[in-house]
Amino acid sequence: MQARRLEVSAKVGFKSFSLDVVLDLALTGVTALFGPSGGGKTTLLRIIAGLERKAAGRVAFDAELWADSARRHFLPPHRRPVGTVFQDARLFDHLDVAGNLRFAERRSRGGDPSITTEGVVEALDLSALLERRVHSLSGGERQRVALGRTLLSRPRLLLLDEPLSALDMGRKADILPYLEAAPRRFGIPAIHVSHAVEEVAQIADRVVVLSDGGIQAIGGVGEVLERLDLQPYTGRFEAGSLVEATVLAHDTAFRLTHLQLSQQRLTMPMVSFLEPGDEVRLRVRARDVALATRRPEGLSIRNILAGEVAEISAEAETAFAEVLVDVGGERLRARITRASVADLGLEPGLSVYALIKSATFDRRAITRRAD
Amino acid sequence: MPDLGPLWLSLWLAAITTLLLLLLGTPLAWWLATTRARVKPVIEALTAMPLVLPPTVMGFYLLVLLNPDSLIGSLWVQATGTTLTFSFAGLVVASLFYSLPFMVQPLQSAFEAVGRGPMEAAASLRAQPLDAFFTVAVPLAARGFLTACVLTFAHTIGEFGVVLMVGGNIPGQTRVISIAIYEHVETLQYGQAHILSAGLLVFSFAVLVLVYAANQRRPSHAS
Repeated sequence: MQARRLEVSAKVGFKSFSLDVVLDLALTGVTALFGPSGGGKTTLLRIIAGLERKAAGRVAFDAELWADSARRHFLPPHRRPVGTVFQDARLFDHLDVAGNLRFAERRSRGGDPSITTEGVVEALDLSALLERRVHSLSGGERQRVALGRTLLSRPRLLLLDEPLSALDMGRKADILPYLEAAPRRFGIPAIHVSHAVEEVAQIADRVVVLSDGGIQAIGGVGEVLERLDLQPYTGRFEAGSLVEATVLAHDTAFRLTHLQLSQQRLTMPMVSFLEPGDEVRLRVRARDVALATRRPEGLSIRNILAGEVAEISAEAETAFAEVLVDVGGERLRARITRASVADLGLEPGLSVYALIKSATFDRRAITRRAD
Repeated sequence: MPDLGPLWLSLWLAAITTLLLLLLGTPLAWWLATTRARVKPVIEALTAMPLVLPPTVMGFYLLVLLNPDSLIGSLWVQATGTTLTFSFAGLVVASLFYSLPFMVQPLQSAFEAVGRGPMEAAASLRAQPLDAFFTVAVPLAARGFLTACVLTFAHTIGEFGVVLMVGGNIPGQTRVISIAIYEHVETLQYGQAHILSAGLLVFSFAVLVLVYAANQRRPSHAS
């Protein structure tokens, strides 16, 4: 997928909050716009889509200038090649599902002709829904139809405004794979607004952290989510880290899958949908990682990774500290007691071994990387 | 059997008024539903005036406005050779003012119920504003259109005070059903008055049942 360049500088002031943002992004795959609720994520998305006429600033996409308040230039939303999937789906109640898709398809001349109704219906499993009235759909089905409708408008940029936030956990898990796959399958870069770190970890390639009306950080998913200083923004999620690994082989006798992580071996319960050679992203919870200063022996724990302490952040009011361990370029986060930090004499630069029980991995911890 | 001329005249007047108000009232209602202009309350109040003014007051001002010595009245005489006052054309103009709120208010609430959401969705799917209006806003506000048209039609049929002031009582020209009933009563022809009155009563009831039934059929689109 060729990278698209999106430049946004925007300034908006409302009574209770203001947004002041300068962004220059090379968009490929999925970029998460992440941060706490009320931080300005949706407003920024609406500025890109052209739905906030009053915003001062500039929006440019590749060589096209979409808005420049200094030059009184404003391209209205229907003339921007942007497709938005709204939080509340916003399907047209007076049309059935097929009618909603047709509405988009008929008005999408000039877009990528390889995106067809058949292709979208197949990719999102919509064929059973086509005859249905919109008000009879479940929340998850509505979002799937909304995504399909937006894809059929053949946009060059996909904006997803918390499409999962109104759904319960089970439904989210049903839709997430579609949201992850669609931008890559149809070759459309996406900006996905979310305040849920698990969502971001699973689907995004890149994260923009937006809070208090300003950009706090931009970077790769693993890099941003593991940064200890960003925790006030990334929130009180189950702390952990994301690492990239390659599938080596399955051990069918012991039902294990072997992975390679920075030249070292990692073992987890067998995940049969993976094939040797697959690139995967693995989420390791901080509380599942223990540290040792010498390589332990006579231990049931199979995953012993050699690394080096990169950063220590003690939580003053609690018993715990978080230690970031560099394992050949990948970073693991360990949550251990402050007492252990003192007893082991941990400090940045010290060589340590990170211990992870295989049993702490489950299927949800792993996602296959496309391409 | 009473002369049915006034009945047909009333139906004809109501049909023309409804059609013209549909064309004029729809853009006004859309503007009121979507604008953030500061003059909005002023325009809303003006639109609602016919609801609170005694029809004779409206009729009086319309008479002043439309008579052949006034600017509008004299231009009309020059253009058509007939007067606006005491003519069918004058009744149509008067009815447009008199029934305006019955067209605009239901449409405005229907458009407000549709809200910005579907229109933004349509815009994000590349629909031009006018395209989005006709293919999204109008179908979603369909029941508002039905209510507005039925109420406008029925209200125009029941018009009396304004007609009397502006139109008088000219058979075939301005003698609508309510005027005919009034005259029958004045001349003590109670039998004829009964027939026409009962007809209007049944008609009005049927219209209201129709409107309420249409609004009940499905939960509102706004939900």
